[in-house]
Amino acid sequence: MSLLLEANGVTFRRQGDLVFAPVDLQLAAASALVILGPNGCGKTTLLRLLAGILRPAEGQLLRNGSTAFLGHASALKGDLNCRENLDFLRHFHGRAGLSSSQALVRTGLAGLGLRPARTLSAGQKRRLGLAGLLVAPRPIWLLDEPYASLDDAGGELVDSLLAEHTATGGGVVLSTHQRKPRLRAAHGELVVRKAAPEETA
Amino acid sequence: MSLAALPALLARDLRLAVRHGGESLMPLFFLFAVLILVPLGVGPGPNLLASIAPGMVWVAALLASLLALENLFRPDFEDGTLEQWWLGHLPVTGLVLIRLLSHWLITGLPVIIFAPLAAQMLYLPDQALGVLLLSLLIGTPILSLVGGLAAALTLGTNRGSVLLSILVFPLVVPVLIFATGAVSAAADGFSPRAHLGLLAALLVLALTLVPLAISAALRLNIE
Amino acid sequence: MIWKTIKVGFHRLGSPASFYRFSTLVSPWLWAGFALCTAIGIYYALYVVPPDYQQSDSFRILYVHVPSAWQAMAGYVVMSILAAIALIWRIRMTEIMAMMCAPIGAAFTAICLATGSIWGRPMWGTWWEWDARLTSMLVLLFIYLGIMGLYAAFDDRRKGARVACILILVGLVNIPIIHFSVEWWTTLHQGKTIRIFGESSMHYSMMPPLIWMTIAVKLMFGAALLDRSRNELLTQDRRKGWVQKKLKSQGVS
Repeated sequence: MSLLLEANGVTFRRQGDLVFAPVDLQLAAASALVILGPNGCGKTTLLRLLAGILRPAEGQLLRNGSTAFLGHASALKGDLNCRENLDFLRHFHGRAGLSSSQALVRTGLAGLGLRPARTLSAGQKRRLGLAGLLVAPRPIWLLDEPYASLDDAGGELVDSLLAEHTATGGGVVLSTHQRKPRLRAAHGELVVRKAAPEETA
Repeated sequence: MSLAALPALLARDLRLAVRHGGESLMPLFFLFAVLILVPLGVGPGPNLLASIAPGMVWVAALLASLLALENLFRPDFEDGTLEQWWLGHLPVTGLVLIRLLSHWLITGLPVIIFAPLAAQMLYLPDQALGVLLLSLLIGTPILSLVGGLAAALTLGTNRGSVLLSILVFPLVVPVLIFATGAVSAAADGFSPRAHLGLLAALLVLALTLVPLAISAALRLNIE
Repeated sequence: MIWKTIKVGFHRLGSPASFYRFSTLVSPWLWAGFALCTAIGIYYALYVVPPDYQQSDSFRILYVHVPSAWQAMAGYVVMSILAAIALIWRIRMTEIMAMMCAPIGAAFTAICLATGSIWGRPMWGTWWEWDARLTSMLVLLFIYLGIMGLYAAFDDRRKGARVACILILVGLVNIPIIHFSVEWWTTLHQGKTIRIFGESSMHYSMMPPLIWMTIAVKLMFGAALLDRSRNELLTQDRRKGWVQKKLKSQGVS
């Protein structure tokens, strides 16, 4: 089974202090990994590290495939409408995925294509972010709190998208502190711990 | 990710600029505000105006470019689109150059297009007009590059705009000197080649080094 | 091989506790050397050197003006070297030291400008002259201020230091260009600039105090840099174990 993502003893420092205890993880193709932990323990930081946005202070990180990162910030332009936002992502990443209108239908946003993204509700913005994953397919999905601000139907949408993605050989790392995802694929759990204060002699 | 990403980014940046219509026209309003206010301030004498014309057009171009800097990277930084730049396989310097190109198209190009009109309003000698346009063509991209660097450096701070002008001012001194020197030389009937050559050298230097510095600064700021 | 040795050396000196020991040991000697050299220099400058036949006594300000100007520029070079090391090897102590160079360098630049202006009043008849050196010194002051402002604007000290280090290196490339452009600009606009002393016009009897004062200023730069860096380090690490231990051993709780 091929590995999509591998981390060995990865750490990150903010103002010289470790954010979390060193992390080891492996993500195989067609599998998922759930990152658990209380607020402020560094789940987002870890995901940003895995995405390559942050550079680890120590340890090694191997990525085998292109990466999609969906964070708290929506990465959408409020002044563009939904379709334009998706079209941009599609062209930016090489036009291989669903068309923008297909992605809008799949995420339950049919009919909202011409609405400026800033007028969407928080849950609708989340759905648009998920649609962005579909128009530009990438094997590794890193999702930060994908269930946040979604209703029950939205939560089920996330579950089914995850199932489809892992069924086609993709890998998912997601963080959550609330709802346990109902993952049909093999999945592991990883608890992020705050680092013990270290002594600099 | 293919090279198609670059035109996609440029197209989106320009579309956003058009959608912000009023904001994007600010640099041009600014140019004309300077052109109208300065003669009111120093008096309408053609000789005086002609002698300060190159400097005024250039100062207006500089301020116009400063105006739009605060929005060069900050909206992308805040809505999370900037960090997506590090996910792709495209070098960030390429994306930086595209962003600077759109900044130049919005702030530099309008000033160049309206410079002949400004030159007429300030009685700039006709033989200097071509050199003024050429100096703007070579020099305004340097303003975008240097300004972009200052914007990238101050991105993670919350009082960016004051710092921005402090950082930009010393770095653009040579541009201002060589560009206005070229125009003044042409107006006085001398050859502007030496000035323009040095200006072009500055552009080459800035074009090679500044995008690297901007990528490094952006990277530090999103961490 | 050599790089490796240098890198290891920097890392060792770069550990906060050993820098603390090193700087507390060295800086008093630098201050003492500074006091001694200044005393000798000022004595020579005020009592031994004869008055100039043109400028009478007013030229004596050069013994403050010139060493400050040199140090303002040398300080930038020192700062750039530290910044380059900080960016390449990510050594925290060099980041702090590079940041602490900026206010000292800015102070010397300001002293240079102020004394130049005071000197210019009797010599040129104006407080300010758009002279190439004065103008590029003014620009240098703004670059120093920009570096300080940038560092101060960040909540995260380390991030601020690294971002400011990029600015320092950009400034290093730019300063020669700025100096050259300004020199050219002034020669274009007002003919050859006034030169107060060229190589030959300075009499050898005027030299000794200049040398003493230059050494004094260099020692003072080093001493101030060590002290400032130590203070900044203590402020940043005030909650860390090694500082707490130091405080306890000195009887402060």
